[in-house]
Amino acid sequence: MYRSQQLALKYLAAAIVIFGAMVVAGLMSAYYYINPDFLFGLLHFNISKTLHIDTLVIWLLFGFIGAVYWYLPEEFGIEPVGIKAAEVLFYVLCAAIAVVTLVFVFIQYGPSNEVGMWLVNQGRKYVEAPRWAAVGIVVVMLVFAYNVIGTAIRARKITGIVGVLIVDLIPLIVLYLDAFPAARNMSVDLFWWWWLVHMWVEATWEVLIGCIMAWALMNLLGTSRRIVEAWLYIEVALVLGTGILGLGHHYFWIGTPQYWLAVGGFFSAFEPLPLLGMVIHAIYDAGTHHMKTTNRPAFYWMLAEAFGNFIGAGVWGFMMTLPQVNLYSHGTQWTVSHGHFAFWGAYACGVISVCYLVLQKVRGSAFLDGITWRWAFAALNVGLVGMVGALLISGFAQAFIERAQGGSTLEAFIAGQENFWFLDGMYARFAFGLIFAAGYVVLAYDLLTIGRRLPVHAMAVAE
Amino acid sequence: MAKVSQIEDPQFWRAGAISIVLVMLIVLIMLTVDSLAAITVGGSHVPPYTVINQKIGYKLESSRGIDVPTIGEKELLFQHEYTPAEAEALIDKGKLVIQSRACMDCHTFFGNGAYYGPDLTKAWLDPAWEGWKGITGAETRAEAMTRFLMDPVKYRTWGRTMPNLHLSREEATAIVAYLKWMAAVDTNGFPANFGQISVNQ
Repeated sequence: MYRSQQLALKYLAAAIVIFGAMVVAGLMSAYYYINPDFLFGLLHFNISKTLHIDTLVIWLLFGFIGAVYWYLPEEFGIEPVGIKAAEVLFYVLCAAIAVVTLVFVFIQYGPSNEVGMWLVNQGRKYVEAPRWAAVGIVVVMLVFAYNVIGTAIRARKITGIVGVLIVDLIPLIVLYLDAFPAARNMSVDLFWWWWLVHMWVEATWEVLIGCIMAWALMNLLGTSRRIVEAWLYIEVALVLGTGILGLGHHYFWIGTPQYWLAVGGFFSAFEPLPLLGMVIHAIYDAGTHHMKTTNRPAFYWMLAEAFGNFIGAGVWGFMMTLPQVNLYSHGTQWTVSHGHFAFWGAYACGVISVCYLVLQKVRGSAFLDGITWRWAFAALNVGLVGMVGALLISGFAQAFIERAQGGSTLEAFIAGQENFWFLDGMYARFAFGLIFAAGYVVLAYDLLTIGRRLPVHAMAVAE
Repeated sequence: MAKVSQIEDPQFWRAGAISIVLVMLIVLIMLTVDSLAAITVGGSHVPPYTVINQKIGYKLESSRGIDVPTIGEKELLFQHEYTPAEAEALIDKGKLVIQSRACMDCHTFFGNGAYYGPDLTKAWLDPAWEGWKGITGAETRAEAMTRFLMDPVKYRTWGRTMPNLHLSREEATAIVAYLKWMAAVDTNGFPANFGQISVNQ
């Protein structure tokens, strides 16, 4: 095993641990809606929410980085350059995440000046981490880019997948630089903030996971590189062709000119296209292999990725993306429903699939299957879909009562939040969240043990 | 046969991907330049910071079919007329307070943030503040907001209580100014019908 692949294992293991932290913070955030006095005076909703969404970003990033470190040496047949620096930075990054978490939990708020921004909390959604930690993330990503580009140069070889990956790393790093400024003007602040959040999540991350899924498909199903690379380019064309101006659906209401209603609505309406393409691709590949594979959990998680991405990001996104609907749905639990489904389908399932592919190699299992992963798969997906459905009901109630009927005042907000449809949705969300959390525990156990236990088929033969 | 092989050729799709991305990026850059002019302070959609010295309203503009902010006669904030430099410094402080207390992880601004507390886009215009003048013993809306922000636990609103974020008077004042300025931003009609329809109707 290459050193880069050993590092990949560390990144993937850390990703799963941080995934667990995200689940805990998510359960807490859900519980505040049921019991608003929970931990009052000690730890408030905004801190648990911050921990929930920041760990979401971090565990997925760890998953992506781990996947690339795993496949990179296989792509080039050599040890990636600069891997020692990457190893050191892995520990530095983990320590930094731990420190930021402690600061968020125990210090929570800093002074309202530049010192507070650098050392405690920047208070910008998704990029709350203080600037010193954001600098650390930039350094890690620069070294990551050096590992990828330097290895291609040393190997004197560039494949289609690595070419796309290298081009994708540039905006990935450059856009993150928007994690630093604190523009006084909220319209300007949110304008650039959306370049970071949208262009990461709905553009560069989609391309990044596309590269990882291309490797995974070749690895899992033996799909030819020619087909995978042609497909990757089609995906890039569709994702960026619709997603770059699809950015406009975030510019409806932040003070930007009215033409964004047309531009954003039009292009984002097409954003489900590449995701539909992935579903067709997945069905085609699964069909040509008659649903047979040597790694059943990876295979099913990849299918979940394709369907989840299309339904969660595509269909759920389309449902609220036209400005006529978005005027009432924007900033309600409807958005939360879409957010959960989209992140799960677009990224989380893909990272879990890669974890199983990697474990099959690490544990030398010719055939990876079992009962445990099925329980995890079922509980996580049922829990997630249940949460999404519950949030949607709450979101509908909020959009109608608070927004359309009440005109969005404080009184209307309270009327919406206290409506029984909304409250029932919140209880159901928490209940499904518990099922999701149970699924996480089973998943973590399975990842630790699968391949070390006898597969069910082998047990049946042995009996 | 030649046509089939071209469709299967990754180079063909690579050229397509590069072309599409470049065209979209060029359009995005052009729209960005235009939008930044509109959202710069004093631009067509974002008022100068000194708007805090004036009365802000929100009403339907029939030609656009949406609600837009109106800027009226002089209405001083905290009985003080802010110069451009003072207003800018106050708004600057307001933004730093909003970030330092992670307001956006409970509330939304222009609908962006978290959904545990109400949206603050037009909070300055909320009819509820009139009632809060009596509750807080304040004579003006700005003073009522300031007193609430400095001790929200004392003035508990409903089931969910806003925690005490230990704001100084200077910090609370800066937030109030920020919310007044933000209410004057043209948000293409978001939120719709703000404060114009009673929830009880």
